Order: sequence, then C-alpha cells, then structure tokens
Amino acid sequence: MTTERRSSAATDVDLDDAELDRQLDRTWAGRTSFWGAIAAVDHKVIARRYIVTAFVFLILGGMLALAMRIQLAQPEARFINADRYNQIFTMHGSNMMFLFAVPVMEAMAVYLVPLMVGTRNIAFPRLNAFSYWVFLAGGILLWISFALDTAPDVGWFAYVPLSGPEYGSGKRADVWAQMITFTELSALAVAVEIVVTVLKQRAPGMSLDRIPLLVWSMLVMAFVVIMAMPAIMFESSTLIMDRLVGTQFYNPAEGGDVLLWQHLFWFFGHPEVYIIFLPAVGMVSTILPTFVQRPIFGYLPVVMALIATGVLAFGLWVHHMFVIGLPRLAESFFTASSMAIAIPAGVQIFCWLATLWAGRPIFKTPLLFVIGFIITFVIGGLTGVMVASVPFDAQVHDTYFVVAHFHYVLIGGAVFPLIAGIYYWFPKMTGRMMSERLGQWSFWLIFVGFNLTFFPMHILGLQGMPRRIYTYQPEMPWGGLNLFISLSAVILFSGFLVFFIDVARSWSAGRPAGQNPWNASTLEWAMNSPPPPYNFRRIPVVDARDPLWCGSDELPVASGLRTDRRELLISSVVEALPEARESSPRDSVWPFWAAIATSIMLIWSIFSPWAIVWGSIPIAITLIGWFWPKGIAEDES
Amino acid sequence: MKTAAISLPLLLLLSGCGGVQSALDAHGQTAILLKSLIIFVVATCFVVWIIVMLVLIWSLMRRRDGQAADDRSLHRRITIAVSGAVAATALIISGLTIASFYTTRGLDPARDPDMTIRVRAQQWWWQFIYEDADPAQSFHTANEIHIPVGKAVRVRLESSDVIHSFWVPSLAGKQDLIPGRENVLTLRAERPGVYRGQCAEFCGLQHSHMALFVIAEDEESYRQWASAQRKEGLQPREPEIVAGKALFMARQCAACHTIRGTEASGTTGPDLTHIGSRHTIAAGLLENTRGSLAAWIADPQTLKPGNNMPIVPLSADELRQISAYMDSLK
Amino acid sequence: MKEQPVLDVSKLPLHGMGIASPAWWGTCTFMLIEGSAFGLAIAVYFYLMSLAPHWPPDVPPPDLFAGTCLTVLLLASVVPNVLVSRWAQQRKLGKVRIGLVVMSLCGIAPLALRIFEFPAQHVNWDESAYGSIVWTILGLHTVHIITDLIDTLVLACLMFTRHGDNTRRYGDVEDNALYWNFVVIAWLPLYACIYWVPRL
Ligand code: HEA
Ligand code: HEA
Ligand code: HEC
Ligand code: CUA
Ligand SMILES: [Cu+2]
Repeated sequence: MTTERRSSAATDVDLDDAELDRQLDRTWAGRTSFWGAIAAVDHKVIARRYIVTAFVFLILGGMLALAMRIQLAQPEARFINADRYNQIFTMHGSNMMFLFAVPVMEAMAVYLVPLMVGTRNIAFPRLNAFSYWVFLAGGILLWISFALDTAPDVGWFAYVPLSGPEYGSGKRADVWAQMITFTELSALAVAVEIVVTVLKQRAPGMSLDRIPLLVWSMLVMAFVVIMAMPAIMFESSTLIMDRLVGTQFYNPAEGGDVLLWQHLFWFFGHPEVYIIFLPAVGMVSTILPTFVQRPIFGYLPVVMALIATGVLAFGLWVHHMFVIGLPRLAESFFTASSMAIAIPAGVQIFCWLATLWAGRPIFKTPLLFVIGFIITFVIGGLTGVMVASVPFDAQVHDTYFVVAHFHYVLIGGAVFPLIAGIYYWFPKMTGRMMSERLGQWSFWLIFVGFNLTFFPMHILGLQGMPRRIYTYQPEMPWGGLNLFISLSAVILFSGFLVFFIDVARSWSAGRPAGQNPWNASTLEWAMNSPPPPYNFRRIPVVDARDPLWCGSDELPVASGLRTDRRELLISSVVEALPEARESSPRDSVWPFWAAIATSIMLIWSIFSPWAIVWGSIPIAITLIGWFWPKGIAEDES
Repeated sequence: MKTAAISLPLLLLLSGCGGVQSALDAHGQTAILLKSLIIFVVATCFVVWIIVMLVLIWSLMRRRDGQAADDRSLHRRITIAVSGAVAATALIISGLTIASFYTTRGLDPARDPDMTIRVRAQQWWWQFIYEDADPAQSFHTANEIHIPVGKAVRVRLESSDVIHSFWVPSLAGKQDLIPGRENVLTLRAERPGVYRGQCAEFCGLQHSHMALFVIAEDEESYRQWASAQRKEGLQPREPEIVAGKALFMARQCAACHTIRGTEASGTTGPDLTHIGSRHTIAAGLLENTRGSLAAWIADPQTLKPGNNMPIVPLSADELRQISAYMDSLK
Repeated sequence: MKEQPVLDVSKLPLHGMGIASPAWWGTCTFMLIEGSAFGLAIAVYFYLMSLAPHWPPDVPPPDLFAGTCLTVLLLASVVPNVLVSRWAQQRKLGKVRIGLVVMSLCGIAPLALRIFEFPAQHVNWDESAYGSIVWTILGLHTVHIITDLIDTLVLACLMFTRHGDNTRRYGDVEDNALYWNFVVIAWLPLYACIYWVPRL
C-alpha cells in the first residue's frame, strides 16, 4: 500500500501531549456555527442530542400519563373524552416505547460504546447523524398530529381491523405506521453502527473476553434490532398499503388474516422489550462493580445470559396472544419458552447479588437506583413469569395486571438503570457532578412513588379492571384504588421533577468532576471530562478486562496515527489485533438533507403512493452528495 | 398453598375477592380452577421474591471485617451458591410450567356441552343467539344471557367487525372474538348469581362501555326465561304504548332493531323483543328503567359518545310514548 | 493519565480492504437486515398459504417465462460481477470501468423483464391477499435491483473521474459486487416461492 506516503504525513509519533492535543483538535473539532452544528458527526454530539430529545419525549409522555391518571382517578370523570383518551394512551405507549425507551438506550450506546471500546468516533458517523434527524422528524410527526387532534387512537400495537381501512378513519393509523417507519429506520441505522464499531474498532488487545459488559449488551441489542425491526417495517408498510392502495393482507374476506398482524407485531414487539431491557442490564453490570470496587462476579455467565436472552427473545412472541384461541401444543410451547427466560434473568440477578456480597457497597445515588432496580425488576420479572402461564393469563390478559407488569419491568427494569446511568455518566458527559443530596431525594421519591403507583394495579387487574378504558362505572369497586394510584403518581412525578432539576442545575453549576470521579475501571474514564472531540489522545492498548484497575497510573497506548486527517484504528474481530488505520468521515450537511428528503417522502406517502416514486429522487440526490468523494485527506488510501 | 396468605402483599392481592367482576370471586368451574392456579403461582413467586430480597439485604448489610482472606475458596463458594440458585430457578419454572399445563388440561372443552350459545360481538354491544335445532325455537337477545346452573354451556364466539374479547372473570378466563375466525369457551356456573363481564380487547371508542351480564339460575327459572324469550313481542293495549309502537315503526328505529311479531326487523342494533326484561341497557351502561330508556333514546350520543345509534329527534310526548313501549316489552 | 506508547501502528495501511474494511462489515449488516425482510416476506407467504383452501386462490399459477428468464439473467450476471470484483481487487482501472458499464446493463435488463412479471401473476395486488403478497415480494426485490443499479451507475461515473484510481473506490466496487451477489441469491428462494410453490 502507500506506505511511502506516510513519511510526508503528520503522525503523532514525535509530538508532546499539548501539541498533539492541538493538532488533533484542529482535525476533529466541528465548527461552532449554525451549519456547523447541523453538520456535526461527532458521536458524542449526536448522542447528547439524542439523549436530550428522548428525555423531552419522556417528559411529554409522562404528562400524558398524568392526564390519564387524572381522568381515571374517579369513576365517570369527564376530564378527557373517549376519543381524546384513546389518542392519549396510544400516544403515551407509542411515545414511551418508540420515542423514549428505545432511542434513549441507543443514544447511550452511541455515546458510550466508542469511548468504552477505545476509538475516536462511531463507525459510519454520517449515518449516525442521519439517524438522529430521522428520529427527530418521526417524533415531530407524531406530536404535531396529536396537536392537530389526528393522533393515532388504536393502541401502541394498533391491531387490525381496528386500524385497518374499514374501521380506522382519517389518517390516524397512517401517522402511527409512518412514525414507526421513521423510528425503526433510525434504530436500524444505529444498530449497524454499533455492530461495526464493536466488531471492528476496538482498541488493540480488547479481545472478545475483555469487552466491557455494557458493550456486550449493546452488541446483543443491536443484533436483536437487526433481526426484529424488519418485521415491524414490513408490517407498517403493509398496513399503509392496505389503507392506501387496497392490498388485502389483513382482510379475512379476501384471504388475508387479522392474526397475521399480531404475529408480525409481536415477533418484533417481544424482542422490542428486550431491546430496551438489555442495555439497561448492561448499565447495571457496569455501574454495580464500580460501587463495590470489585470486578463483576461471573463475567462469562453474564455474557452468555445476555446472548441467551437475545436469542430466546425470538421464541416467545405468542405469549402476547394467549387468548386468541391457540392450539394446545402452541400454548405449552410458548409458556415453557417464556418461563425459560427466567434462567438468564436469574443468572444475572444472582451474579449481581454475588458481586454485592463480595464487595463493599458505597451507597451513592447510582447504586441506590441499581438496588431499586433489583427490588422492582424481580417483582416485574416474576409477574412476567405469572402471565407466561396460559391459564393465569386467561384471567389477567388485557387488564391492569399486565399494565402493572410492564411498568415494573419498563420503569423498574429499564428506567431505574437508565437514571443510575445518567447519574453515573453525567460527570463524563458534562464534566460536572450531579448533586448527591438531590439524587437521594429523587431516588426515594421515585422509588416510593413508583411502587405506590403501580403495585395496586396488580390488584385492580385481578379485580377485573380491563386496560384501555377511559372510564368505569361507580358501581365497580375500582374507584378507591384508582384514586390512590393517581395520588401516588404525583409522588412519582415529583421524583422525576427533582431529577430534572438536578440535571439542569448540575449542567451549569455542578462540581467539576475530573477524569475518573468514581474510580471506575473502563476506558471512558481515561480521558478528560467531557471528552475531547477525538476521545483519546492516543488509542489505548488493552491487556485486561478492567484496564483502569491494573494498579498502574500509566495507560499503555498505541502511537503512529496521523493527525492531519481523522484517523482511527481497525482491529480484528476476535483478538482485536490492529489491521489498518482508517479515516473517519468529516462533518457534512448531507445527512441532514437526506433526512429531510426521506421525511418528505415518508410523510407524503401517507397520502399518495406516487410519493415513493417522486420522493425517491431527492433522496437519491442527497445520498450521492453524501458519498461523493471530495478529494480530502480522509479519502486517501 | 394458602398458608402464605399471612404476608401483606399477598393479602392485598387476595383482597381482590368480592368484587362484582373479579377473577378471585370465582363461581364458575373454570374460574375456580384458575383461581387456585393463580394463588399457587403468586405464592410461589412471592416466596422467590422474599428469598431474593433477604439475600440482597444480607449482601448489603453484612459486616465486612478483615475479609478477602482466601479469595479462591470464596470464589468457589459463591460459584456453588450461584449455580444452586440457577438450578433452583430451573426447577421452579418447570414446576410452574407443569402446573399451568395440567390446569389447562383440566379445562378441556372437548366434553359434550349441555347447550350452545352463539355470541356475535360488535362495536359496542353483544348479540347472543340461542340456537335450537328447530329454527322457530331459537331467539336473539343482547348484552345479557341466562344460563342454567351446573350445566356446561358452550359459547361460540364470533365478531362482526373488529376484535373483541369475551370475559366474565367469575366464570372463566377470557377468549377473543376475531373476525374471520371462531373460538369457543365453556361456561359452567356452580352457583346462581349475576356475573358481570366486560369486553377485554380494545375495540375503539366505546370499548369501556361494552359490558355483559351472565345470569345463572336454576334449571326451572332458566326454562321459564327461555320460553318467555321465544315469545313474540307483546301486543300493546294501553293507548300510550300503542302510540309508542306506531312511532317506533314509523321512525328510523325499526330499520335498525328487531321486535319479533312486528314489522321491525332491522339488525344493526340489538333485538328489542324483550328489552323490558333486561336488567341494563346499552351494554351495561344504565340500569333499565323507564327513565333511563327515555334518556337513552333521547340522546344516546351523550350517554355513550360515538356509539352506533343516532339521535332520532322526538318530541317530549313521543319520547314518553316510545319509552313506555320499550318498557312494556317484558 | 500518563500515556505509555507500547505499540506503533504507523506501518499499517491507510485503508483496510475486505474484512478489514468497516464498509464491508456495514454492507454485510445491511444484507442481514434485508435478508431478514425477505425471510419474513416468505414466512408471510407460507402463512397465508396455510390459511387458504386453495393456493393460489382461484387463479392459475403464474406464467413461468418472464420470471425464469430473469432468474437465468441474474445468475448469468454473477460471472461479470465476480470478474469486476476480482479486477477491483487487482486495481485494474480500465477493466473495472468496462466491468461497471457491463454491470449497469446487467442491472437494467432484469428491470425490463420484471415489468412482465407482474402481469404474469394473473392477479392484481388488490384482488386477494395472495395478490398482495406476490406483488409485495416482487416489489421489494425490484427495489433492491434499483438501488444496486443506481449504486453501480454512480460508481461507474466515479471511476471515470479523478477519484477513480483509489483503493477506497476499489473497495466500494467490491462491496457493490458483494451486494449484487446478495440481490441475486436472495432472488432464488423468492423465485421458488412465487413460481414453484403454487405448482406443488
Ligand atoms: C423491559 C421490558 C420487559 C421485560 C424485561 C419483560 C420481561 C418478561 N415478560 Fe413482559 N411485557 C413487557 C415488557 C417486558 N417484559 C411489555 C411492555 C408488555 C405488554 C405489552 C402490551 O401488551 O402493551 C409485556 C407483556 C408480557 C406478557 C403478555 C401478557 C399479556 O398481554 O397478557 C407476558 C406473557 O408471558 C410477559 C412475560 C414476560 C416474562 C416471562 C419476562 C421475563 O423476561 C422476566 C424474567 C425475570 C425474572 C423471572 C426475575 C429475575 C429472576 C430471578 C430472581 C430468578 C428466580 C425466578 C424464578 C424461580 C421464577 N410479558
Ligand atoms: C418506558 C415506558 C413507559 C413509561 C416510562 C411509562 C410511565 C408511566 N405510565 Fe405508562 N404505559 C406504557 C409505557 C410506559 N409508561 C405503555 C407501553 C403503555 C401501553 C399503552 C397502550 O395500551 O397502548 C402504558 C400504559 C399506561 C397506562 C394504561 C392506560 C390504559 O390502558 O388505559 C397507565 C395508567 O395509569 C400508565 C401510567 C403511567 C404513569 C403514571 C407513568 C409514570 O411513570 C410517568 C412519570 C412521569 C413523568 C416521567 C413525567 C416527568 C415530568 C416532569 C417531572 C416534568 C418536568 C418538567 C420540565 C423539566 C419542564 N401507562
Ligand atoms: C342506525 C341504527 C339505529 C337506530 C335508527 C336506532 N337504534 Fe337503537 N340501537 C342501535 C344500536 C347500534 C344500539 C346498541 C348501542 C350500544 O349499546 O352500543 C342500540 C341500542 C338501543 C337500545 C338499548 C338496547 C339494549 O339491549 O341495551 C334501545 C332501547 C334502543 N336502541 C332503542 C331505539 C329506539 C327507540 C330507536 C328509535 C327512536 C332506535 N333505537 C333507533 C342502533 C339504532
Ligand atoms: Cu369490544 Cu372492547
Ligand atoms: Cu413479551
């Protein structure tokens, strides 16, 4: 190859740290103008936008939840009418799942994975920027439709025929379907980036058995996304086709089938919940050892559990359809497979307990949320095991018992670790600590408020209260508990409020954090906080599972990368032996334009099939602009 | 099994008993079986949770002086404990799987039923068809079924629009009604009583108001009720009611509703031949009184927004007459 | 933290080829995504078939001619495709240029045949679920041919510019060839499904 050209190019070999920082900064930093911000492709910048946007959607979704709780606080309340309520719970579910939980987990991956594997940017950074813009457009589409009173009103799984051409009036179901397309597109893009980053951009020496557990969980999550999301893309497209051009996929009168929808949806939908859950357990496995100052017990079993969960996730979708009239054999199979998930979940729980037992816990806010996670997630997991039993589910399916189950696993099992993660990585992301005092307050408010809000829902479910009802009659014995739940939701709300206040205050006025405030062991703590645009001055060389706990205050690094172009290391899949130096693309506004063109095409296609034809042309143009070489240093080879 | 009931959350759970529509207030053969399974599974899981919590508390609180004397043997002991816990997990979930398998088998609907009722769910009410080998003997009713106690009643479930779910928790678990398919469910009430049920699958605007009642009574009362239902609608004599009937036939009502023995034979709405004999109207929305009938007919869209019965403009007198007629159809 | 250089990477190539190239891995991941989509479409086909009393419902099985020609053509196109890939590996600019022009034609020809495949199904997309799924499968695959064709055309243009003689471009040509192989291979089960399953 062009080794002879190397001599002419600037490398980091003979530079001192300050000069190297200066040169790297010149190459990697984005411009600070408006268009500079639009063009940014730094994974940290994109991830920060992603995280903030997702939390805005959490706030919006939480507001919807409060609206529902006001309406349900008493029988036959007239705070919200039936039509609006149906839009609200659909918005709440879709918003929380597609605009908050999945994106926020992927955003954490986008931020953390490149840092933890020791590289300078995510693979395909422009695709990453594109994915953010598409996600944003999808969210805006959904919320604008809500403002215009044409939000979807068919539930977050939009069963046909209710969402089909005959019963789903207006464009409501189309908005739902197209919002799905937007968010899945962005999720798939991120998944591709994560897979390639983890497989090919790990620091030299970070062999498969030294990958941090968070990175493992994100890798498994990315593969689950890749296998599961096509199902929902297929489904949302066929729904729009049924509604727009008269295909008959879901019409039983013409050979279609309404259960086909449910199979496709849950073939995606069940893995979807593990897409949310796997990153969360990855965070737990990363945070917990730091706060007992001891490596995790059972690294290998935990990795196996992550993989097993990802694989099993595709074998139990039917447990959402236990009352559709299944053959006996299918019932038993899906009961058994659903319960089997308790084994990998148990392995992880037991390994965490063992780690806690063997270490010395330091009760800081992140650890509190992790403990809260263990307490509540085990409840949620056990109610999951309960509903996995077909006869049990025959009574509680589509009741508040299920609502309780999934809030326990979603909030207790995923949002708690997420908040722990925010407290934990906030110093890295902003360079400032969050307040320990407010942290304790928010933990106790959220933990207590959460349990008071959602535990009684189990009882409501057994008492026969179906979900998705906008009101109930006074003679039903549900009023008392519902009022209690609604009041408790206020405690939960105030807990989140304290959390958000803490974030806002600490962002500007928190105590400076330094490189490694928690004395953690993974690579993201090896550089300044917040990390410089190029992450690592020199790419670290890894020779242990916990590289920062090796007892030495020197970091082994690799030298020889060029400083005059954005350059990072490519390494082999298993051993992470360096294979090549590779350039990383520069900032570009084309991903933004490509996202705009894609959004126009997708939204237009709700109204006319010809949008696919004409709308593709601008997309093609923007993509050509995106990939056309500019003859800069990054293009050399 | 019930010994675990001393614990607080479990007590809370069990306090679910006694509602008008509760899985734990079981009076049907199936529901009773399901209830014991539910208690068994909840108790088992509760014990698991307690154990995990005890270990958690111990791990967090245990005193740690000296420690780390022999890291290797410590590691081995933990490995054994963790493996044991995983093995126990496998064992417990196998137990739960087997328990639910046998419970399902115990519900086997293959046995010959004593009678069959066809259910056609629609947005947002229930149509019940009591079929008989002799078509003249079969009849329709809505939102309310009567069944004889102790008899296995097969319910054949169909839908004429979207997916609904038939659920009377005191009698049995739920089962979906799916367009283009048919499902069956067997009900057997062990005790006489009125059991409320409700559509459990989201089916659009008025999913919240799609209740039904199952009235289980002894065989004799049931037979009386059935033969009364087979009769044609009463021929009125009182002038108010006669006027009401004429109005009913003259206005749109007859286009949507059937009253056997009259020219009203619409099928969009519930069969009203014996509407006066039902306990509630509009799928459990209102108690059935003359006043509520009038309120319903005057403005169904305010009482149950979006339902498929339009407002038919009527003067106060007309309204009184029509509701008198409805009320008379015992 | 103080840094201790222990490894010198300055001798490594400035760009990885084959499995050392992120673009190659990216292409593979995209193929995995699209492979899942095709697999799913086939699963839906069989699901609908399992519900139908007759298959295809009330229409004769599709005419074989256009679809079979297209299959043969696609299979034949693998030969120049593999050659282009090899030339790219050997960095033979002239041959790669010719090869890409040939491959562009190999992308256009199946599109022409595809036009005749839709009527050969004897069913419209809106007549029955059977019609819907076969049209969707054909459409989905057509989209893949079109995307790869555009990619090939753009690359062909690039190779005639000053950016052409560059390892990166050769890598792109290889990845594009890989993707075309995928488009061809993915068609085979779809072809079997659409044309032969109704004849079983
Ligand atoms: C983060 C999300 C998440 C997670 C992790 C889970 C985890 C599980 N879920 Fe849940 N689930 C949802 C989100 C999630 N779920 C959502 C959103 C819905 C509803 C969708 C809707 O209808 O809107 C749902 C609905 C749902 C249903 C359908 C209910 C119905 O609609 O009627 C079922 C049925 O089987 C189920 C089962 C399970 C099981 C078996 C697990 C298991 O993974 C749990 C495993 C964990 C444990 C078991 C605890 C830890 C283990 C131990 C401490 C070991 C000891 C344990 C034993 C001995 C048992 N879930
Ligand atoms: C991750 C997912 C997630 C999360 C976090 C939540 C959070 C909450 N959910 Fe959610 N819920 C779902 C996912 C989620 N839900 C899903 C998938 C459904 C099913 C939908 C369907 O049936 O289709 C559902 C359904 C659902 C129902 C059933 C509706 C019905 O069936 O009729 C209810 C009822 O109580 C409910 C309540 C709540 C409450 C009280 C919260 C609380 O936790 C919310 C807490 C509050 C906040 C998070 C807001 C905080 C905001 C502030 C403090 C403001 C600060 C202000 C500034 C900074 C300016 N949810
Ligand atoms: C366009 C059709 C239509 C017309 C016209 C119509 N109804 Fe109805 N009716 C319905 C439907 C549908 C329902 C069930 C509503 C529900 O519960 O969701 C119903 C319910 C009822 C009920 C309650 C039945 C029960 O079993 O709960 C009564 C009583 C009734 N209608 C009376 C009338 C009278 C009297 C008129 C004329 C003034 C009338 N209807 C006109 C469609 C119609
Ligand atoms: Cu019918 Cu809900
Ligand atoms: Cu599931």
